[in-house]
Amino acid sequence: MKIIRASESYDIVVIGGGNAALCSAITAAEAGATVLILEAAPKAYRGGNSRHTRNFRCMHSEPLGPLIESYSEDEYFNDLMKVTNGETDQGLARMVIRQSEECMPWMERHGVRFQPSLSGTLSLARTNAFFLGGGKALINAYYRTAENLGVDVKYDASVTHLEVDDGEVLYLDYIQREQSFRLSPKAVVVASGGFQADTDWLARAWGPAAKNFLIRGTPYNRGVVLDDLLRQGLEQVGDPTQCHAVAIDGRSPKYDGGIVTRLDCVPFSIVVNKDAERFYDEGEDVWPKRYAIWGRLIAAQPEQIGYAIIDAESLELFMPSVFPPIKADTIEDLAIKMDLPAQKLRATVDKFNASCGDTSGFRPTELDGVSTSGLKPPKTNWARPIIEAPFYGYSLRTGVTFTYLGLKVDENAQCSVGNRPVSNLWAAGETMAGSILGQGYLAGFGMTIGTVFGRIAGKEAAKYAN
Amino acid sequence: MLIDTKEEARRQSEICNACRYCEGYCSVFPSLHSNREFSDGDIIQLANLCHNCRGCYYACQYTAPHEFDLNLPAALAEVRQDSWEAFAYPRFVATHFQKNGMAIALATSLCFAALFVLTQWLGRGNGEGFYAFMSHDLMVVIFAPAFVLPLASLIVSLRRYWLAVDGTRIELSHLHDALRAAANMHNLAGGHGEGCNFEDEDRFTQARRVAHQLVLYGFLLCFASTSSGTILHYAFDLSAPYGLFSLPKLLGVPGGLMLTWGAVWLFRLKLKADPNLGSMAARNGEFGFIALLGFVAASGIVLYIVGQTAWMPLALATHLGAVLAFFLLTPYTKMVHGIYRFAALVRDAQRKTDSNSP
Ligand SMILES: Cc1cc2nc3c(=O)[nH]c(=O)nc-3n(C[C@H](O)[C@H](O)[C@H](O)COP(=O)(O)OP(=O)(O)OC[C@H]3O[C@@H](n4cnc5c(N)ncnc54)[C@H](O)[C@@H]3O)c2cc1C
Ligand code: SF4
Ligand code: SF4
Repeated sequence: MKIIRASESYDIVVIGGGNAALCSAITAAEAGATVLILEAAPKAYRGGNSRHTRNFRCMHSEPLGPLIESYSEDEYFNDLMKVTNGETDQGLARMVIRQSEECMPWMERHGVRFQPSLSGTLSLARTNAFFLGGGKALINAYYRTAENLGVDVKYDASVTHLEVDDGEVLYLDYIQREQSFRLSPKAVVVASGGFQADTDWLARAWGPAAKNFLIRGTPYNRGVVLDDLLRQGLEQVGDPTQCHAVAIDGRSPKYDGGIVTRLDCVPFSIVVNKDAERFYDEGEDVWPKRYAIWGRLIAAQPEQIGYAIIDAESLELFMPSVFPPIKADTIEDLAIKMDLPAQKLRATVDKFNASCGDTSGFRPTELDGVSTSGLKPPKTNWARPIIEAPFYGYSLRTGVTFTYLGLKVDENAQCSVGNRPVSNLWAAGETMAGSILGQGYLAGFGMTIGTVFGRIAGKEAAKYAN
Repeated sequence: MLIDTKEEARRQSEICNACRYCEGYCSVFPSLHSNREFSDGDIIQLANLCHNCRGCYYACQYTAPHEFDLNLPAALAEVRQDSWEAFAYPRFVATHFQKNGMAIALATSLCFAALFVLTQWLGRGNGEGFYAFMSHDLMVVIFAPAFVLPLASLIVSLRRYWLAVDGTRIELSHLHDALRAAANMHNLAGGHGEGCNFEDEDRFTQARRVAHQLVLYGFLLCFASTSSGTILHYAFDLSAPYGLFSLPKLLGVPGGLMLTWGAVWLFRLKLKADPNLGSMAARNGEFGFIALLGFVAASGIVLYIVGQTAWMPLALATHLGAVLAFFLLTPYTKMVHGIYRFAALVRDAQRKTDSNSP
């Protein structure tokens, strides 16, 4: 394909069109730079995974906007350390946490609006600020702000290559409408997310099981730029098997199913694999603390599928999800409808029911200790027999949220090759989040990282370009 | 038809119920989230609560080309439209006017012609001013039924609505809440008070909210003007024409100007807005209705201006014709949205009190 030299010239090209990209484009434009955003998705799907988000985690010393009480740096930091098993760059993490507080007013100034914590998410009312209308409303506001600042945006513009030579990006190539273009901006910000939408890449890391994973967010985060840069020796962080994955409704679309495919029924169910056998304690902990491990648990089962079975008693104990459950009057009929071995499922349910004891202490919203006895694996909370017809079932599959393999950056969001910085290359958002946390995840931290590092990258790139 | 639009709105509501991102935009979402399943009545109530501000469309990550194909403003608009037709009395009249601007224009012309004929040959009174051309008694004979019959029809419709949405006994606090929400168009404010997404895709503007309130308050002023005239006529034996500083004029002139201005503004906004986010079927009828509303007001102002000239009889017949058509068509045009909206707000106030009590 012939490469056309683009006639426009920009100080800064931002690769990607999600939260991190927009935060850096806006910051750079406000610092006086001319900025171009190259977004791989068409306009209707702009905004990457950010369009699926609902909140960001924000430190605050007193009530702030919709956030109640306070959330200190140390508490925030400890929450993070708990979920990452210590796989955290403490310096960068603390920096992000500290800067999260000033993010909220910055976001408001640039058009983002907040709302009180959504119904069903009261546990986050103190720590996470919810975007009014969700992530797409945030993205829309940022695009408006950016365009008012004179930032140009090209949609359907997928970056294929950055030429890095002797510690400097010389030019970059992108494809738009089957035509290849070349640009030589003064500086580049990479904010093009992880690689989770490239299931071949996932399969290389995970084995063929990954082909059965569903991708919760955008199909456009295929890691093209990440791969291109890592091949050229840029400093990398994290390993490709680390990803955030949850158990979602097995009937969800392959891509972009987003928040509505989440299933909160597991603690009140028994979960079996396709051989109708249980494989893990469904009641180990409250759901928000456990939902991220179920992605991996399901991934380890044959054909990467699971089935949650509940009875009529439990149907209203969790948030409704996008698809109605499969319903039947007997366990056997339910098994047939869900393609499970009927006698086997009957036996599994009977065995579970027989091991349930006194259920008078059942409390759906707390660890109630109502557990099975003599069952393997046990169910240690909310173990109530499944006896009340009709019976309901949901299929479960692994839904990948994002991957951790990424570009290593310093506190200025700058990338490096060998031991020295690339003079005109910065990275922000998911694509460098591995620099801060290598595993585990804290709800709302992704948007915080993207906002903090997006702003830093924009500022540094503009400083360089001026 | 009716079944299909509700089915589609139900499908979308179930997705919203699993998502909840739009909870802060308007009253529809808190009401939606209080259900797990949606009866037909629930869907009708949601549809009539929706003010078509479109916030939830532009904020939605599931709009086409996504396979979930969310377009809640349009889905609810279609249900709303169908519900107004279904509850109208007599039903067949609504079928003709709700979706048909031409029919509205035709009815208006007929009313005008009829009044023109009446003023020319029948009605000559010996009164002063307007009444020289149409006696007060004749006006009453024509307009009293034109006011009372639609009112009776609206009462039937309201009752049908209330039964469909399982409304309960209305208390003063419910009315108070509903009035407050209607008075400042709370549901067109976008949750953050910055308005709605009607003019320019996802940009929030106050235009529609302000234009609508110009129409609403303009209309109320005009209505108050007519009422005050009636009171002056019967109680104080003071009959038209009234001077500029009389109550009917002090209320009517600003009211007429506001109504005209608001109607023209709404018409233009509607031209700019994406038709795919409203009821496509009713679009034509809605334009017809706004035009009629604007015409009622504008012809009133013209009448005031040419009142002392030879044009007066023509202007009078035009204005009264438009007013007559407006009243007669009230139960069968977009005008009816006012009472359903209000009923929905009252019902929503009931839901909130119910869910707050233990
Ligand atoms: C369903 C879901 C819900 C979530 N909810 C939350 C939440 O509530 N709070 C939270 O903090 N985090 C949440 N996350 C995680 C969050 O989405 C990410 O942490 C965050 O959006 C990352 O932002 P980003 O800008 O780095 O990437 P993205 O928003 O994914 O943006 C990447 C952009 O790069 C573009 N792109 C990719 N490749 C190229 C290329 N070659 N050329 C040009 N452009 C390219 C993409 O089209 C996209 O626009 C959620 C994720 C999912 C999937
Ligand atoms: S309109 Fe879309 S974003 Fe809003 S609640 Fe419904 S599904 Fe969620
Ligand atoms: S269009 Fe506006 S009023 Fe209607 S449901 Fe959506 S946000 Fe609410």
